[in-house]
Amino acid sequence: MTEKMILIPGRSSKQGTSLNVGKLKEEYIEVTSTLEMNTDDMERLGLVDGDQVKLSNEIGETIVRCTGKKPEDLPAGTLFIPYGPPSSQLMASDTAGSGMPLSKHMEVEIEKVVS
Amino acid sequence: MAASMRIINGKVYDPANDIDGEIKELCIKDGKIVDSVDDNATVIDAQGMVVMPGGVDIHCHIAGPKVNAARKLQPEDHRHDVHPATPFTRSGSGGTVPSTFATGYRYATLGYTTAMEAAVTPIGARHTLEEFHDTPVIDKGFYVLLANNIFLQQLLREKRMEEFEQAVAWWINSTKAYTVKLVNPGGDEPWKGKKNSNVSDIDEKTDEELTPRQIIREFIKVCNKRAFPHPIHIHCNNLGHSGNYTTTLETLKTAESLKAHIAHIQFHCYGGELGKNPTSKARDIIDYLKTHPNITCDVGQVMFGKATVMTADAPMAYVLKGHAKGKWVNADTECESGCGIVPFTYQEHSYVHTLQWAIGLELFLMSQDPWQVVLSTDHPNGGSFMNYPKLIKLLMDKAFRHEEMKRVNQKALDSCSLRELEREYTLNEIAIITRAGPARALGLDCKGHLGIGADADITIYDEMEDKEEMFNAARYVIKAGIPIIENHEFSNDTIGKLFHIAPEYDKKIEEVVQPFFENYYSIEFSNYAVDDRYLHDHQIIPTQEDAL
Amino acid sequence: MTENTRIVENATCTFCGCVCDDMQLHVDLDEKRITKAKNACILGRAWFAEHTIEDAPAAMIDGKEVTIEEAIEEAAQTLVNAKFPITYGLSDTTCEAQRQAVAISDIIKGNIDTTTSVCHGPSGLAFQGVGESTSTLGEVKNRADLVIYWGGNPAESHPRHFGRYAVTPKGMFTPGGKKDRTVVLVDVRKTKSAPVSDIFIMPKPGKDFEVLWALRALVKGKKISDDIEETTGVPLETLEDLTDRMKNCRFGVLFFGMGLTMTRGRHFNSGALLALATDLNEFTHFVAKPVRGHGNVTGADNVVSWQTGYPFGVNFSRGYPRFNPGEFTTVDTLSNADADAALIIASDPASNFPKKAIDHLKNIPIITLDTKQTDTTKDAHVAFRTATYGINTTGTVYRMDDVPITLRPAFESPFPEDETILKGIRKRVQELMLAKHQARGGGGEAKVASTTPL
Repeated sequence: MTEKMILIPGRSSKQGTSLNVGKLKEEYIEVTSTLEMNTDDMERLGLVDGDQVKLSNEIGETIVRCTGKKPEDLPAGTLFIPYGPPSSQLMASDTAGSGMPLSKHMEVEIEKVVS
Repeated sequence: MAASMRIINGKVYDPANDIDGEIKELCIKDGKIVDSVDDNATVIDAQGMVVMPGGVDIHCHIAGPKVNAARKLQPEDHRHDVHPATPFTRSGSGGTVPSTFATGYRYATLGYTTAMEAAVTPIGARHTLEEFHDTPVIDKGFYVLLANNIFLQQLLREKRMEEFEQAVAWWINSTKAYTVKLVNPGGDEPWKGKKNSNVSDIDEKTDEELTPRQIIREFIKVCNKRAFPHPIHIHCNNLGHSGNYTTTLETLKTAESLKAHIAHIQFHCYGGELGKNPTSKARDIIDYLKTHPNITCDVGQVMFGKATVMTADAPMAYVLKGHAKGKWVNADTECESGCGIVPFTYQEHSYVHTLQWAIGLELFLMSQDPWQVVLSTDHPNGGSFMNYPKLIKLLMDKAFRHEEMKRVNQKALDSCSLRELEREYTLNEIAIITRAGPARALGLDCKGHLGIGADADITIYDEMEDKEEMFNAARYVIKAGIPIIENHEFSNDTIGKLFHIAPEYDKKIEEVVQPFFENYYSIEFSNYAVDDRYLHDHQIIPTQEDAL
Repeated sequence: MTENTRIVENATCTFCGCVCDDMQLHVDLDEKRITKAKNACILGRAWFAEHTIEDAPAAMIDGKEVTIEEAIEEAAQTLVNAKFPITYGLSDTTCEAQRQAVAISDIIKGNIDTTTSVCHGPSGLAFQGVGESTSTLGEVKNRADLVIYWGGNPAESHPRHFGRYAVTPKGMFTPGGKKDRTVVLVDVRKTKSAPVSDIFIMPKPGKDFEVLWALRALVKGKKISDDIEETTGVPLETLEDLTDRMKNCRFGVLFFGMGLTMTRGRHFNSGALLALATDLNEFTHFVAKPVRGHGNVTGADNVVSWQTGYPFGVNFSRGYPRFNPGEFTTVDTLSNADADAALIIASDPASNFPKKAIDHLKNIPIITLDTKQTDTTKDAHVAFRTATYGINTTGTVYRMDDVPITLRPAFESPFPEDETILKGIRKRVQELMLAKHQARGGGGEAKVASTTPL
């Protein structure tokens, strides 16, 4: 089962501290591969903390692990992920004459990865 | 690079040494004017040319936080006026707020070799010095904004005069400034803290105790007591408002017989009622100046066309925002200053703009002492410094002036006496208002003249009937003995140096300032003062305290 | 800790745009590491703790160790031989290094852009459109009684913004600190910054412009219909209440983050917010300020502006600077496949740019200057390992409010400074370009080398 959702990459403290350790180090890779998701949405999609999900759009796809957030903190249909190589895979390059790609608010399809 | 040089056959204008158009030989060695050089010195034949000291701009806005904000603000102003690189010089962009490189090269093109940035916040000093290092050819300095400094005002309020004096000296040393600048004294607190209001009178109390006049008086006293080479540089209250000439006269009277420089005095010469159309009070101001040689001023001529208003007088910029109806920048600096930026166009059909233009010309033409009333456009507030050649033509060429007068608002001309002024400036007088006069007002003994020992900053123009054309592009520009422009082309590049003063102060004042800092600034006290590495090539001008 | 230690007072953290200059660093000089960074936040502590001296070559060509001189020569040749060389990054280095980078781009007639273009570039465009009423952070501390954060999460991205500048500090006219202020947070998700706020407003994602425009209308006394809630997710009463607070405060400030610039609306969002702050000055004193990211991204804006007239996205191919965001900005020069060589300074586009841009970057020769290995340095043709600014080097850094601060280094690095490498490249490309100029019959010999400002 897939659903369309809005992905918002952003900064987090952990992303900030781990990038100081090194962007090629395990910690940073893990932080930037962790997706925050509304717990109601997770339940509906049959996901639990730590499950792998595939995010995809017309640009590309990436596989990340999800973790739950209370519905009052993260609205339904909205996903958050710390910036990093996985979010880049989904980012369109068109800047609409501004120089800025649409780096937040990406429409993505989400589906559970069955291992 | 020629270490020694001889300029022959030129018609020399060196008013500081009473040389008025004589054919005279000049010798240069190691960056200075000398009495003779040996035979293998490079020779420039200046036959048919006019030789003058390099120009000195006593009041302009060319570097620092507000200038850079104005640059960033206006891509449209740069795009139509590109500044290509040459094998010797960096590229840049022009318009009313050129990039640093374009600023230096363009001043040089006009024959200017020294320019003083007229308003820098203390906390912005480091930024200004960084830009100076990227502003080639010209020598530079800046005036540091202290009139609305909250801590200094506190000392004044508490009548701690000795500490006030020490703190002023400390601030100058901490910023590497050339002198103290006062802008709309007392006006910042109403602007920032009382919902964008302003002071309207020199004797209005900005709080329970302090008036603008008290602030002005105490600063003038300290700067004179310490014998700063350019004692103080004042932007009076009520800039641009109808009826403000009384404020200007009161400011002048506050100086009594002490030395002071009034900036862009044209903007402070208006009669009429507040909120209504202004009238010219140029005559009243000139009459006062005639009997008060302690005062110098620059005109702040308005030139028609595009300008950029940038000022520490934030309330005034806000008033202009209402007229220009375009973009506006306000930038408050903690404990130190306000700032406003408004792109602006002076229009010939406008009564007010024409009157401003006419008052500036009246001031020049009524002035009896060119050493006292010197040239500026308050670049870029009244227009770009690139207008100087046209302004010189307006002053030197009566027929041209009358042609130009046909294009402007006639009602404005009816209300002033510009039409009746028949005077034409001579080349010697132009050399005074653009070189010798500003250098003397600045107390820069090494500038503005061609006597033995002066800096070898020399401009050579082709002598031409059309004075705008003549002053538009120097044939040769020699800076500190180095030919920068030869036959109208850049042949070299140099950075130029910084002028600043270093008045002595009692180290203990730091203990007085520091607690205030810790409470109300957002950077650490020990990270505030600018250290010497930002100075690059620099020269400390002595404060002559010993001579007193 | 060994015997050989020193303490550096009032050092500056250059990790984020707060540029806090009150660090007390305890340095172990034998181990060449900072053992303690007093006053630092969680990000700052990681910044200081993790920038140690790694055992790595100072210069590499195609992954093989070379001398610095060889690497400079190869870098210069690569840049001079390219048709469309781009320079990018610059937010994590000093202004002194940035000045050299712009000079290189000018000399080689290349393209220069900074991380601003993918950060607050849209706010820079908005600034050019409407201007900005703004202030230094100390003024916020001293005066602000209404503090609004919009589309930003300082608790995680700028952890000391609240405590040092805007929410809790006691200032001249805010002696009660937080008690004297109302704090509002506007964001599409409830972040870790929410607990600080008195009022939290959560618009629907991508609806910031509509909310800001409605506020502008309300400030000007216009009517807004009830269905604004349906569009934006924010009830009309909430907007009316915020309008009242904004008009009636003594000194208001709107801080805004990339939640505005990176989402639908981009520069229009920033422009709406700046216009709102400007409008409010009819009623009271109101300022706005983008909360800038990397340590010296604001310095990059300043240096590029004073040298070229434009803040980012500048191209010198015609021999003078031209500014065109969307064409000369790096995501565009890469994803349109214009760039044929890249000088990347203190930045890692290979890990955070759009996929298409990264794909092109991997096809062209890259020269990198970085303190650590990254996705970008991994693929570099010429890679310089450099000293860390503020930890190993001095230099100038501009805080997010344009206040310049001089860095106090803690310990020496065996690696060269960015400025040193860039000066070397600059000198060499200048020689090569002059040789090209002369080969085409241009004059001009060696005068330039001795006198051009370096």
